[in-house]
Amino acid sequence: MKNIFKITYLIAFILTGAIQVNAAEKVDLLKTDWSFKGLFGKFDRGSLQRGYQVYTEVCASCHSMKYVSYRNLFEPGGPEFTEEQAKTIAASFEVSDGPNNDGEMFIRPAKLSDKFVMPFENVKAAQAANGGAYPPDMSVLAKARSGGVDYIYSVLLGYEDPPSGVTLDDGVYYNKYMYGNRIKMSQPLMDDAVEYGDGTKATKEQMAKDVTTFLMWAAEPHLEARHKMGFKAILYLIILTTLVYFSMKKIWSRIESEV
Amino acid sequence: MSDHEYVPSSKFGKWFNDRLPLLSLASHLTDYPTPKNLNYWWTFGGILTFCLITQIVTGLTLAMHYIAHADMAFESVEHIMRDVNYGWLIRYIHANGASMFFLAVYIHIFRSLFYGSYKSPREIIWIIGIIIYLLMMAAAFMGYVLPWGQMSFWGATVITNLFSAIPLVGEGIVNWLWGGYSVDNPTLTRFFTLHYLIPFLILGLVVLHIWALHVPGNNNPVGIDVKKPSKDTVPFHPYIVIKDGFALLMFMIVFAFFVFYSPNILGHADNYIEANPMVTPAHIVPEWYLLPFYAILRSVPDKLMGVVAMLSAILILAALPWLDTSKIRSAVFRPLYKQFYWILLVDVLILGYVGAMPAEGLYLLIARVATAYYFIHFLIILPVLGFKEKTIPLPLSITEPVLGGMPMASAVKKKESLN
Repeated sequence: MKNIFKITYLIAFILTGAIQVNAAEKVDLLKTDWSFKGLFGKFDRGSLQRGYQVYTEVCASCHSMKYVSYRNLFEPGGPEFTEEQAKTIAASFEVSDGPNNDGEMFIRPAKLSDKFVMPFENVKAAQAANGGAYPPDMSVLAKARSGGVDYIYSVLLGYEDPPSGVTLDDGVYYNKYMYGNRIKMSQPLMDDAVEYGDGTKATKEQMAKDVTTFLMWAAEPHLEARHKMGFKAILYLIILTTLVYFSMKKIWSRIESEV
Repeated sequence: MSDHEYVPSSKFGKWFNDRLPLLSLASHLTDYPTPKNLNYWWTFGGILTFCLITQIVTGLTLAMHYIAHADMAFESVEHIMRDVNYGWLIRYIHANGASMFFLAVYIHIFRSLFYGSYKSPREIIWIIGIIIYLLMMAAAFMGYVLPWGQMSFWGATVITNLFSAIPLVGEGIVNWLWGGYSVDNPTLTRFFTLHYLIPFLILGLVVLHIWALHVPGNNNPVGIDVKKPSKDTVPFHPYIVIKDGFALLMFMIVFAFFVFYSPNILGHADNYIEANPMVTPAHIVPEWYLLPFYAILRSVPDKLMGVVAMLSAILILAALPWLDTSKIRSAVFRPLYKQFYWILLVDVLILGYVGAMPAEGLYLLIARVATAYYFIHFLIILPVLGFKEKTIPLPLSITEPVLGGMPMASAVKKKESLN
């Protein structure tokens, strides 16, 4: 009998060892405090609006966001620009529409109902303009990388000179946190790359945090509604469970007294 | 159902019941005598029924908005997540519901293993259960393909390619499954059709599963036959209904926690990248609930034998009522089996863990040892144990499992020799 326990312990020991070996290979991602984590997590409105600014002024020249609409910018739970602001933002982009009654395609300013205008016509055009690498669509990027927002935040700040012995091709950069450490995107964020309207100092870290927050919202636009409903749902379930527990005790007391 | 004759009190009720005995059925279900010593491990049958209904209801709703087309599936899922009213909620319930379903079914199966619920006279219940489990895996696998993300596409490619291991006709079968020469739109549409169909097959089998259960009645933690109805049993309603209800609510709290606070933790990040036949993900892994079988598949160096091993690992369960030669059902009275039971559980957890890891080096070695042990447990340990094991004497009834049980003379002897 004791042997059997020994074997079980041995297996458990090997397993924990394997987990530790595996963990040692990973680089620890940079951490920052995200306001949207936790039971009551909400987006920081200011951060979302600044993040949108960083996205449009820096990322959007290469990265599309094809599942997000301009109307989302004023909807509750998001950056919550005013409807007028969102209209102005939309109108600053041009979309191809049509055909009209003459059978012609035409260009018009974007409306609230339009999806974010893409920087390139198609994937091939994006690749051609970016040295063969396709800048991924950013609509769900925050959910499409293991490590999520921490990973994106880390990559944005992870540019370094390559360690000795690592040679990089032209147009390839070294990044401490990128999978494989090689990235075809040049360092996108430098201090003061954008000028924030609300007076916040545009450090690299601040911009990385803001734009990552914006990406999280773009990937999960109903996150705030989910957290709010979750709290109510779980509270309701806990109360109901308690009531049912006491009802159960009462009903079963008829039986247990007989035993 | 011949416990007693039910006669409806109203005239219309009697008229109706003579023609379609629905009221008799309802009466049977509420009065159904259930052993009163059932513990909370027995509540997972009800929980599983809840899971099935939840999956069907949320699935129907999703199907109203989902588009089964290779060019539009991914986008339509994002449409559900963003623009459909409460679409995010419905999809997260459905996606996490699959995991909760498997969590519950694994507890249900391991409860059966511990208390010997698969033994005579409950073999048919057990075998129907195994078929349901197989169908669940098929439904879950095809459901995971539908969002048409990278893991969907490559998971489908890996799993359907397994059929190419079949000699001579393998390639043909794979092309037939795909509806072409690679996983593509025809594969997606047929997977959607089958994913829609299977839950209703499962529903039908669940009815048979419960019907077959109601013939001999429930097993119980002591594992001895109970007279029914007797003072060892309670009517299903209200005693079991409220107990199942309480357990279901506890389960729903866990479920809700995943849905509202970690809806993507059980999924793979790569599935939020749209399927791309030109880019293979670094590690292709199935959902967590299929990992033990994936580990068995990869632990065998030969492709065909790997597939055979994986299928055998599931099908061997169907033979369990005959592989386990012990007449004693509950592990409570089988001191050795109890130890082996826990080792098997650890073994399966290890298989699940190495299934998620790359198949190389130490992981591969562990996977091979764990796979071998899995089969040894069922093919060698269980049959031999039935003859060799000295069991603890059974009580006479579940009402007095410890106190008044009059052990048989032979059992007393056994106990002495144990000491």
